[in-house]
Amino acid sequence: MAPVATTFFFYFLSALTLVSGILVITRKNAVHSALALIFGLLAQAGLYLMLYAPFVAGVQIILYAGGIMVLFLFVIMLVNLERSQKEEQFNKQWLVGLLAACALGGLFIAVYVKGNGLFPEHIAQPVESSNTQQIAIMLYGQYMFAFEIASLLLLVAIIGAVVMAKKRI
Amino acid sequence: MLDYITSYLGMNTTPGQAGNVFWALVYIMIVFGGVSVAVMSMNWLERKALAHFQIRLGPMRVGPHGLLQPIADAIKLMTKEDIIPSEADKFVFWIAPLIILCASFTVYIVIPFGPTHAITDLNIGILFMLGVSSLSVLGVVMAGWASNSHYPLIGSLRSSAQMISYEVAMGLSVVSAILMTSLNKEGTGTLSMIGIVQAQQQQQIWFLFKFFPLGFIAFAIFAIAMVAETNRAPFDLPEAESELTAGFHTEYSGLRWSLFMLGEYAAMIAVSSIAVTLWLGGWMRPFPNTLTGDTWDLVFSLIPGFSFLGLALIAFIGVVRMPKHPYFKIQTLGLAGFAAVLALIGLVLFVPAVRDRIQDIFWFCAKVAGFMYLYIWYRATFPRYRFDQLMKVGWKVLLPIAIGVLILTAIAGVLF
Amino acid sequence: MTEPTTYLSHLELGEPDKTYLDTNELIINMGPQHPATHGVLRVILKLDGEKVLGTECVIGYLHRGVEKIAEHRTYTMFNPYVDRMDYVAAVSNGLGYCEAVEKLLNVEAPPRAQYIRVILTELNRLASHQLWLGTHALDIGAMTPLFYTFRDREEILKIFEKYCGARLTTHAFRIGGCLYETYDGFEGDVKKFLDFVPSKIDEYEELLTTNRIWVERTKNVGKISAEDCKALGVTGPVLRASGVKWDIRKAMPYAAYSEFDFEIPIGINGDTYDRYLVRMEEMRQSLRIIRQAVERIPEGPIMAKVPKVMKPPVGEVYHSIEAPKGELGYFIVSDGSTQPYRVRVRPPSFVNLQALDLMVRGALVADVIAVIGTLDIVLGEVDR
Repeated sequence: MAPVATTFFFYFLSALTLVSGILVITRKNAVHSALALIFGLLAQAGLYLMLYAPFVAGVQIILYAGGIMVLFLFVIMLVNLERSQKEEQFNKQWLVGLLAACALGGLFIAVYVKGNGLFPEHIAQPVESSNTQQIAIMLYGQYMFAFEIASLLLLVAIIGAVVMAKKRI
Repeated sequence: MLDYITSYLGMNTTPGQAGNVFWALVYIMIVFGGVSVAVMSMNWLERKALAHFQIRLGPMRVGPHGLLQPIADAIKLMTKEDIIPSEADKFVFWIAPLIILCASFTVYIVIPFGPTHAITDLNIGILFMLGVSSLSVLGVVMAGWASNSHYPLIGSLRSSAQMISYEVAMGLSVVSAILMTSLNKEGTGTLSMIGIVQAQQQQQIWFLFKFFPLGFIAFAIFAIAMVAETNRAPFDLPEAESELTAGFHTEYSGLRWSLFMLGEYAAMIAVSSIAVTLWLGGWMRPFPNTLTGDTWDLVFSLIPGFSFLGLALIAFIGVVRMPKHPYFKIQTLGLAGFAAVLALIGLVLFVPAVRDRIQDIFWFCAKVAGFMYLYIWYRATFPRYRFDQLMKVGWKVLLPIAIGVLILTAIAGVLF
Repeated sequence: MTEPTTYLSHLELGEPDKTYLDTNELIINMGPQHPATHGVLRVILKLDGEKVLGTECVIGYLHRGVEKIAEHRTYTMFNPYVDRMDYVAAVSNGLGYCEAVEKLLNVEAPPRAQYIRVILTELNRLASHQLWLGTHALDIGAMTPLFYTFRDREEILKIFEKYCGARLTTHAFRIGGCLYETYDGFEGDVKKFLDFVPSKIDEYEELLTTNRIWVERTKNVGKISAEDCKALGVTGPVLRASGVKWDIRKAMPYAAYSEFDFEIPIGINGDTYDRYLVRMEEMRQSLRIIRQAVERIPEGPIMAKVPKVMKPPVGEVYHSIEAPKGELGYFIVSDGSTQPYRVRVRPPSFVNLQALDLMVRGALVADVIAVIGTLDIVLGEVDR
């Protein structure tokens, strides 16, 4: 199936991601930042779809936007943020921060310019329908060990959270 | 122009697969309109059916037998004053119902009304549906936060905690249904909604009955979890009036509240259609394999027409029983007109060309309508669960059973 | 628990600077306008997250000064005021007052009047329990039993209307007996009602008694032990559900109750489910009493010889009856004039409401509403 209006959607989604990112760090109200982050994550899911990775896009929506951001919002709402809103939003070391960000940007550009030859010539067109199957084959075949370790890590995190939050009976 | 339309009607792919933007837009308009009509009639049906359960009549005055009540409600809600609490966060207050609405309506692009009657057939269809419907939790959380008063906040936290808990059980039962799709000859499963129904068609069994009772238990888990997911009775503590005065949408009035209601009903229809697609065979008519043959096909294809004629008959009986008083003249005429429209639709559905196309859509919608009636039935009958009992049921009862069913389905799939 | 537990007499307010994570204590106000509380009851809850640490009931929103009014009305004029206290079971209120004044005047209502009184009072008990069931189920979330019980209650109210002209505040009895003779067809109506209602009660039980959600919402909720009940003075179905077999109709019989054969249901655990079962059984026992009474109504006068201008001798009397909600008592002090010196009403709901704090300690907010419902309080009685 031929994709429709690729250029427009790419620019639109990237602009949405960038704008959301900027809004996340510049908003005073924490809930607005979380909201902007949600939009950014959804735009990223769209970008994954454009890269012919629908499974990753779906998982991004379920886990990131639907799970992790809900957690963020719970925490933001339950913790009293009145005091932090009255503090200064930007600290005095913004010049150093700007220099560090420019240095990082320069590093990225250098990597892209130097390694241009490593990227393939034209856009890869993997078959869209097999994205889920390919991921499944790799995840449960080749990378099974890493998968199990990751799930064990999550189990440890859950147990730790329950132990910390549990009240003594 | 006409050639364009007829040439399209001859195609046998969804507009999404064909890459046809125009027809995709047309389908979107049709589905959107259909869902809106369904939500309005669901509003009416809920009030009428609930009233009949409670030995009273429900709305009778607004139109004949209250048929125009949803329209009157819509007009009232639209003309109400828009009140925003003074300390509320205006942007978040505005956007919360929109998030719920968009999340609930976006899932309709993958709902399969027939083998080619879907707006598109994403190959991650079911994943998309579950993911996007989980975005409505964000809207609920933000609605409670933006209202800046502690009853809505508590209600929204409870509501969202309930929704994310039951999403887990829902997801696991969905996975066990997806497992069954991989048991066909090619050995590959599929996440696409149309593919799931076609897998049921190929394996010649509705997944409800497959590996009995495993499919049935998975269906039961999903049926319970979907009621909890949409915050309906008996899991409607967050919006119970006697506990927390309407929960997260307390501070919303007028059109904003109607958006919440719209989103809730749309979400109900969406999760019911997931249940229908995954377990009840989607658009397939009942008994596709035991009662095969051309005569049975003909009989089942006549049922849509007969059902509409039956509805027209009921409406007509209502016309006959209307009081013979000059005040009731307009209502009697209105009801007679409604009966005539239903009869006309029924007759149109007998035409062979229409009959073949409308079959799939009719059976799908009939099954979803059955689920809607079940929702109303639950609301009339069951008391409410207390919140901790609700969470206990979600985590301690449904989740272990869902995991058990998943493992047993996998084992059964390998063995048989 | 062998001795009664102590409880908070006032609530401490938390510090406002702490965040939600530091302390979870929250003071929440329920009512006086609230879809759940039966009447204008204001309950201030101190919560720890969702758990209730203590409650304080603020009452008085329906105080109308009934007892003060009594000091400026003659005994007969005060009779209608009494109905308005427990407006759900007005006939019982009237019965208690009339019997108290009769005790003061040392007259006894004739047997026929007593039978009529018993029939109407038991019908009223049934109506009160039906209303209780409907509203209690509605609070817990089951919307449908409300409509069923109200439909069946209509039949009782029709009988009342045919008898004395009023459905709710009946003023059915007079001091010394009844004013109205039973209308033609009274026995027939009551018998028809007795045939019609047992299957309806079975219907309510079918909807609720074995319903898993109902059982989970009501079992072990609002437990109160027998000792605590006795210490607080709680009476009625609440006391009986905790296991104490105390019913004034049996213990100190009044108005022809000693001639009937009925049982007192008692519960075991003292939780909401037991109170529900006790009241359901009480409904059936009421039907039993009515059936016996209506079959054997004696003939005779319905009004005793009572002076037109009532001047009871100087003295005081306390007379209590078993109202549907508990022990309803009247303490009347007479100074020899036509108006009582003091009328003090001992409302069962007022005393039962004190038990609320004890019953919801440690329960969740949703249980508070269930417990208020199960105590069956009527604010007209609590506030007078």
